[in-house]
Amino acid sequence: MSTAETEYLSDIADQEYAYGFVTDIDAETLPPGLSEDTVRFISAKKNEPEWLLEWRLAAFRHFMKLLEAGSEAYPQWAHLRYAMPNFQDISYYSAPKQKAQYESLDEVDPKLLETFERLGIPLAEQKRLAGVAFDVVMDSVSVATTFKEELSKVGVVFCSFGEAVQEHPELVRKYLGSVIPHTDNFYAALNSAVFSDGSFVYIPAGVRCPMELSTYFRINERGTGQFERTLIIAEKGAYVSYMEGCTAPQRDENQLHAACVEIYAHEDSEVKYATVQNWYPGDENGVGGVYNFVTKRALAAGDRAKVSWTQLETGSAITWKYPSVILKGDDTVGEFYSVAFTKGKQQADTGTKMIHLGRRSSSTIISKGISGGESQNAYRGLVRIGPRAEGARNFSQCDSLLLTDRCGAHTFPYIEIQNPSGQVEHEATTSKIGEDQMFYCAQRGIPEGEAVKLIVNGFAKEVMAKLPMEFAVEAQKLLAIELEGSVG
Amino acid sequence: MPLLEIKNLHARIDDREILKGIDLVVNPGEVHAIMGPNGSGKSTLASVLAGREDYEVTDGSISFDGKDLLEMEADERAREGLFLAFQYPVELPGVSMPTFLRQSLNAVRAHRGQPELTAAEFLRTMREKAALVELKDDLARRSVNEGFSGGEKKRNEIFQMALLEPKLGVLDETDSGLDIDALRIVSEGVNKLRSPERGFVVITHYQRLLDYIVPDVVHVLVDGRIVKTGGRELALELEDKGYDWIGDPAEASAA
Repeated sequence: MSTAETEYLSDIADQEYAYGFVTDIDAETLPPGLSEDTVRFISAKKNEPEWLLEWRLAAFRHFMKLLEAGSEAYPQWAHLRYAMPNFQDISYYSAPKQKAQYESLDEVDPKLLETFERLGIPLAEQKRLAGVAFDVVMDSVSVATTFKEELSKVGVVFCSFGEAVQEHPELVRKYLGSVIPHTDNFYAALNSAVFSDGSFVYIPAGVRCPMELSTYFRINERGTGQFERTLIIAEKGAYVSYMEGCTAPQRDENQLHAACVEIYAHEDSEVKYATVQNWYPGDENGVGGVYNFVTKRALAAGDRAKVSWTQLETGSAITWKYPSVILKGDDTVGEFYSVAFTKGKQQADTGTKMIHLGRRSSSTIISKGISGGESQNAYRGLVRIGPRAEGARNFSQCDSLLLTDRCGAHTFPYIEIQNPSGQVEHEATTSKIGEDQMFYCAQRGIPEGEAVKLIVNGFAKEVMAKLPMEFAVEAQKLLAIELEGSVG
Repeated sequence: MPLLEIKNLHARIDDREILKGIDLVVNPGEVHAIMGPNGSGKSTLASVLAGREDYEVTDGSISFDGKDLLEMEADERAREGLFLAFQYPVELPGVSMPTFLRQSLNAVRAHRGQPELTAAEFLRTMREKAALVELKDDLARRSVNEGFSGGEKKRNEIFQMALLEPKLGVLDETDSGLDIDALRIVSEGVNKLRSPERGFVVITHYQRLLDYIVPDVVHVLVDGRIVKTGGRELALELEDKGYDWIGDPAEASAA
């Protein structure tokens, strides 16, 4: 790599987080610390029924057991280097004081709107774009939900998790923890104990959700952990496409983000879940970035159910995330499309699990890792074909692109086949951004910075094309911002 | 004023000197052919002109349209109007032809003080120029050089040259790997681009290409030096007698 290219790439690393600012909205914040009282406080704040408090407490007790077991119980298998967070140093609740739900944008705090303007995602623009409904999660409590009426006409429920607990307790009780039990893993246990808010989606049988559902998550309170809990239920023959996007303000201490997303897909239903993740990645020394420990899982419970995860991961100091599909029904389909871009000192260990239980279940995994700066980018994926999964198939493709000679790309594929009729294909490539490619672009008059963008976008295109149209524009903008240095 | 003036050019890669004192003057409207055996430094000359960083220029100067070429980065040279048709065009997976070409063309146009083309204007221009080398309409759906046949890649280079309208076109063994039909299409494309203002440096191993693109001047490059310069007939003579006929390069340059 030439000197100029090296300079360009270090410029990218030097680039300040474009979305780093803190919105000044009065918030009610719990002092740091985790105890049974913390859990009771959160549950009481949210006016939760007794069964949910008990559910949280069971998770809390399990988590404390794990915590007492110390480093033994802490997940250390990921290709990540960081100090285990001190869970008593974190505040587990923060809510904006305004609690009202808004039907119209006029009622929303102008500062919040300004925040979105600065993010380049004005709500007005979002509304304009093909009628996207959105549920904005600022810290822990939903502050704006629109398009609700139109959705309710067809029986679709799209609201904050807290609201769902109040208005659809039977659904929440039936499905909460059905895909990710609190015992699933360390961070799922923590989330189950202290989850603050998130989204709830219910699509009745035979209903095709009339619009893309979109939620913008945002960590906005200093030193507050964010524990989103999202539950999506698609009844028989239902269809929904759901989009989640994140940006976070710049800050000094590490922020812990441990979300759980559960998707329950019944017979003949289809759920598409797309994420653009852009948490603050830390400064040039990797200090202050978000720790993102996420458990996302879908259960394709009924026959012919189909679930796809599409993600663009550009942020966070640490990313630990494996959106998975349990292909329980026969002829079920699971898909995972991912672009993970790391730069500076970012570390990402991300991938998927496709658990084939049903006959003729099939899964596709396309993962594109792009590593710049001194970052470490790992793909970790499990494909398991269970003994009953006659004729199950998987295709995996994992490509890595290296932008510098100081970064790392790693691929950890796990394949477990317990049925001899299973077919598993795995392809992996690692390439360095080619000097030949850069020279070719230069010879056509294209400056280096633009050339890097072209080549990276080309590399990621296959996955980006899977994002919903409304989201693709923003996703491309994000990738461009991430790639942009002080050049141009 | 000459379009290109190379004086006493020395260049090396790693510790190996490849070009050992090249002098060459190309005036506007002229086509110069550079012939020579394998390893004589033909492609190195093309790479040095285009500004490839692997090569180090140790001595000499290159003036391009009155400007010091060696002072410019590769992308600046391209915007100034120096075009290299690659011997081995590079694939850019996932980068669509229109995205790439529009960015390229607009960079060049901005440099010339011309406004950006709208998407519609661009597509019209693209179709028009593609027809010049008989590239098909499905171009817009393809990634740069990805899955192109050898012939398509070469035609794609000439197509891009037509699009960018450079002052100087450097063709690096554009004939290699082409069958006779593709050779004809490519050559006709180049001939249509000949103009009183535009110059060409055509690098080739075989005289066959020069049946189609008729040069004004033929140079013979051996071991990093131009050992013989003549008219069109020199190429024919070379074909008859082979490069051995030129004799020992050291003697030739001493002569």
